Amino acid sequence: MSETAERVKKIVVEHLGVEADKVTEDASFIDDLGADSLDIVELVMAFEEEFGVEIPDDAAEKISTVKDAITYIDSHKG
Amino acid sequence: MFDLTGMTALVTGASGGIGSAIAKALAAQGARLAISGSNQTKLDAFREELGGDHAALICDLSDPAAVDGLVPRAVEALGGKLDILVNNAGITRDNLAMRMKDDEWNQVIQVNLEAAFRLIRASAKPMMKARFGRVISITSVVGVTGNPGQANYAASKAGLIGMSKALAQELASRNITVNCVAPGFIRSAMTDALNEQQKAAILAKIPAGDLGSGEDIGAAVAYLASREAGYVTGQTLHVNGGMAMI
Repeated sequence: MSETAERVKKIVVEHLGVEADKVTEDASFIDDLGADSLDIVELVMAFEEEFGVEIPDDAAEKISTVKDAITYIDSHKG
Repeated sequence: MFDLTGMTALVTGASGGIGSAIAKALAAQGARLAISGSNQTKLDAFREELGGDHAALICDLSDPAAVDGLVPRAVEALGGKLDILVNNAGITRDNLAMRMKDDEWNQVIQVNLEAAFRLIRASAKPMMKARFGRVISITSVVGVTGNPGQANYAASKAGLIGMSKALAQELASRNITVNCVAPGFIRSAMTDALNEQQKAAILAKIPAGDLGSGEDIGAAVAYLASREAGYVTGQTLHVNGGMAMI
């Protein structure tokens, strides 16, 4: 697992209060991890803070799985 | 009941008449405060009067960058958390609409409505994280009834009510309530300056037969800030001696 993936998963576990083994790369935040729209906003803000990236609204809308988040962060972090 | 021990609050416009009564009410219930205002001398004097371990933060609410910085400053001064935000600061620039300048419109909207939005937006972050928050904005009876010469002020106060209803729905699932308190005629330097005839005309419209006091507003805010008011959100509590029943 990449370093980004580990840090993303840690944030997801902390924010959503879910078991770590449920946070697979294919897991959907809303369908599999029980997130609501406010959770997504909180996660996006936490990712921005953790990785120093900016995730604009149109990009955030396309992030629906853990893998989507990791891929976006890996291709945009400095 | 309504014990605020261990809770922290940011109160804007805290050195004014109603603002200082709100600050005193919250402090009396045990909350630790960051009081904000634009006049250093008045604010420092009020902090002295308040005693205790409260922070005074100067902020010009007509400066968007300063407003955006206020909540982080308050969170830092209050030991890392903010439970209660009271948007109390407000200005008037009264004029009949046909004579109202763009500046008079813009300043009132900026200080009374836009600054409140910016402060709530910034507060939502620590409050969401804490899964607790109380946002209380001081609106006015004229935001619901209107008042000639106050198109700008009435619009800003009605705006607070609508905005609070939207935010109440956005934030309810995180145990954050968003409410308004709408004072009627409250005793102040402004009402003291009225002559007997003007006073009589106002009192004739108030079933309670008297003007309200800052303490009446402070008590309403303390209630909405309390844990006991957790199921009340998106509401406007009118405190006006019956002059308007809405």
